[in-house]
Amino acid sequence: MIKSKHHKLHLFLAYACLVGFIALTMFPFLMIISISFRQGNLALGSLIPKQISLEHWKFVLGLPYADADGNIVQQPSVVLQWFWNSIKVASISSIMILLLSGSGAYAFARLRFRFRGEMLTSLMILQMFPQVLSLVAIYAILNVIGNYIPSMGLNTHPGLILVYLGGVAIYIWMIKGYFDTIPASIEESAMIDGATTFQTFIGILLPMSLPIFAVVFILSFISYIGEYPVASVCLTQTDQWTLAVGANSFLYDQNYLWGRFAATAVLSGIPISVMFLVCQKFLVSGLTSGGVKG
Amino acid sequence: MRSSKVVSHIIYTVIILFVLYVTLLVFRSGHDTLGFVMLILLALGAFVYAWKGAYAYRYLFPSLMAFGVFVILPLIYTIYIAFTNYSAVNFLTYSGVQESFLREMQADVDQAYSFNLYPGTGGEEYQVLLTPPPPEPADGTNTVRPTYLSEPFSLAENAPIEVSARPVDEAGGTPRGSALTMRDMIKVRDPLKNLTVILPDATRVTMISLRNFAPNVKVWAYNEAQNSFSNLLNGQVVHADMDAGFFVNEAGEKVGPGFRTRIGWGNFMRIIKDEAVRGPFITVFIWTILFALFSVVLTFIVGFLLAVLLEWKAIRGRKVWRSLVILPYAVPAFISILIFKGLFNPQFGEINMILGRLFFGFTPEWTTNPYWARAMVLIVNLWLGYPYMMILCTGILQSVPSDIYEASAIDGGTPKSDLFKMTLPLILPPLKPLLIASFAFNFNNFLLVQLLTNGAPQIVGAATSVGYTDILVTYTFNLAFRDAGANYGFASAIATIIFIIVSVLSYVNLKMATRGDEVRV
Repeated sequence: MIKSKHHKLHLFLAYACLVGFIALTMFPFLMIISISFRQGNLALGSLIPKQISLEHWKFVLGLPYADADGNIVQQPSVVLQWFWNSIKVASISSIMILLLSGSGAYAFARLRFRFRGEMLTSLMILQMFPQVLSLVAIYAILNVIGNYIPSMGLNTHPGLILVYLGGVAIYIWMIKGYFDTIPASIEESAMIDGATTFQTFIGILLPMSLPIFAVVFILSFISYIGEYPVASVCLTQTDQWTLAVGANSFLYDQNYLWGRFAATAVLSGIPISVMFLVCQKFLVSGLTSGGVKG
Repeated sequence: MRSSKVVSHIIYTVIILFVLYVTLLVFRSGHDTLGFVMLILLALGAFVYAWKGAYAYRYLFPSLMAFGVFVILPLIYTIYIAFTNYSAVNFLTYSGVQESFLREMQADVDQAYSFNLYPGTGGEEYQVLLTPPPPEPADGTNTVRPTYLSEPFSLAENAPIEVSARPVDEAGGTPRGSALTMRDMIKVRDPLKNLTVILPDATRVTMISLRNFAPNVKVWAYNEAQNSFSNLLNGQVVHADMDAGFFVNEAGEKVGPGFRTRIGWGNFMRIIKDEAVRGPFITVFIWTILFALFSVVLTFIVGFLLAVLLEWKAIRGRKVWRSLVILPYAVPAFISILIFKGLFNPQFGEINMILGRLFFGFTPEWTTNPYWARAMVLIVNLWLGYPYMMILCTGILQSVPSDIYEASAIDGGTPKSDLFKMTLPLILPPLKPLLIASFAFNFNNFLLVQLLTNGAPQIVGAATSVGYTDILVTYTFNLAFRDAGANYGFASAIATIIFIIVSVLSYVNLKMATRGDEVRV
């Protein structure tokens, strides 16, 4: 490599830029951690709180704490309930998305049938229409379903999961793209040896495609954890809310609970972020191949 | 092999039986259309799984069902609503409004009785005496309605009670003892509201005030021939105005609740013609495009520069730097957005506190000034979005062979000319579809605007609640779900427009990404 005359100066500038940039991006995270230890919900203060108060953390974790009047309060934690709801909804939806998109992608990648190309194109184009915009219709459909099967209607988690399954198309595209990179020759020779189509799918293609399934699971999990509009319209009872709906409720203008929100954000943000960073290597390949932000 | 076939047959049968059962429930509740649709779907499913020729569709059926019910069906319904006046004012269906007319009951004051309550000998039981008002001399009619006495009843429970009554002469005259005074009557007022007295001619009278009982009568009668309703009390006749979605009387005044009706292109014309709608709509439309464009350009510039910088081999610990820089992407967006909402708060937020200290009291009005609010939305979106661009650029940069840079250095190229004349032209073409996808994503970036500003600051003088930072999706969502008018029809019209824009975008994008006849990713 050919070095320029000002190599050292340039390197120093590069490090300075990076440090400055990271200080800027980390600022909100450090701030929110600090705020979660502040007393009260409106206090301004420095980055390192002078007086550490655990009231918000105790509220979030459902531990007894002293309120503004000095009374000891203990309530079951709504935040943990929301967190559990989010994990439950996101993981069940993601598993079902894997089942649906895996088998759908197999048909598009390996089988030949009429309207295959047209169907694939229209799946992609129709999926671009955000579900937010058809919420009136989705609400009506869930309402009808709930009239006959109450456990899958409005204000239930199974109902919400059903709606989320509509997002299957982009994952079909992702998995199909991966299947296309695996040569079909192994499956073809297995078929000559007498294996059925279904057997080659389960026994040969699936084990070779585990990485893309991991990517799809994580991407869909993260996107469902963060989904706000559909959940906010379909779930009305506080104890049914997901974290995204619940966290927003702390920052209503009329009822501004900054400290509680901070503790909630730290508590729920850390596990999800750690999961993302651990799986980062997988995800980068999935993001660049699918080209859709998860 | 055998046993697995048996198991799959059993599973098919169970599923088919379950769907049949639900279909039966649907038919029994009288929703025939829905029942037929379900039957057709069931037949389709059974056909797909039974016929060898539809083999490929066995793999597709579940995902196509999910996609059909929760994406295509809502889309079709939304486009349908766009041509109706569905809103809070025109909420019910036509038959729903007809039923509400037929259900409407009113106390017939002309047939009222004054009443007295007589406690029975036991103390727990009461009898009610209904006395008609004395005939007015000017009335002309000489028919005097009889006075009625009810059977004894108890007011101990707060539940609906029905008792029959007979003319007082037949019932053995006015009860002994004295009637309750007004003060005592007030004490039993609430349970008394549950009392229905059934007169011998089957007229049902209930309490309408502390002094009177009156029969409840139907207000409207349906005239089948003219398809109209006539008011039995005052003779008014109303008929449906199918264009306005209301029942109107002869004078053209609206009567009763409105119903949904097809209004053709009305909602779309509103955007063009209505001044109070068009102005804000254009503002929102332009801002949506600017917002998506700026978001893509800004995140690309920052992400690209970071990617190039972190490709520089001289920097140590590049892996660690990369993970740190990606961090905003790892945190769920709703959490970061809400954190920024708090930090940007002009009164309690830390950003203005720090800015104020650093720049001698410089505290922008992030929530009330349109320009600062828009700047805030872009800043937050830059923070959220650059890691994605960096990941994309890094991926493509790593496939660029490094020897071309050495060749350029020999030819006297500077780092700056390398960046603009080699790196950028190399990575832009493969990025183009991804940049368009990012534009489409930001065009519909609901979460950011809804959670960060909810559209605020408000545009003054607009017909519906809409703000300067609203983009088309949040504008539409708020029209339907936040605005008191619940303008489903109008919101769906805008949703239809958005759908057309976005599908054109994604079609162009697909063509660009595939550049061939065969669709591939």
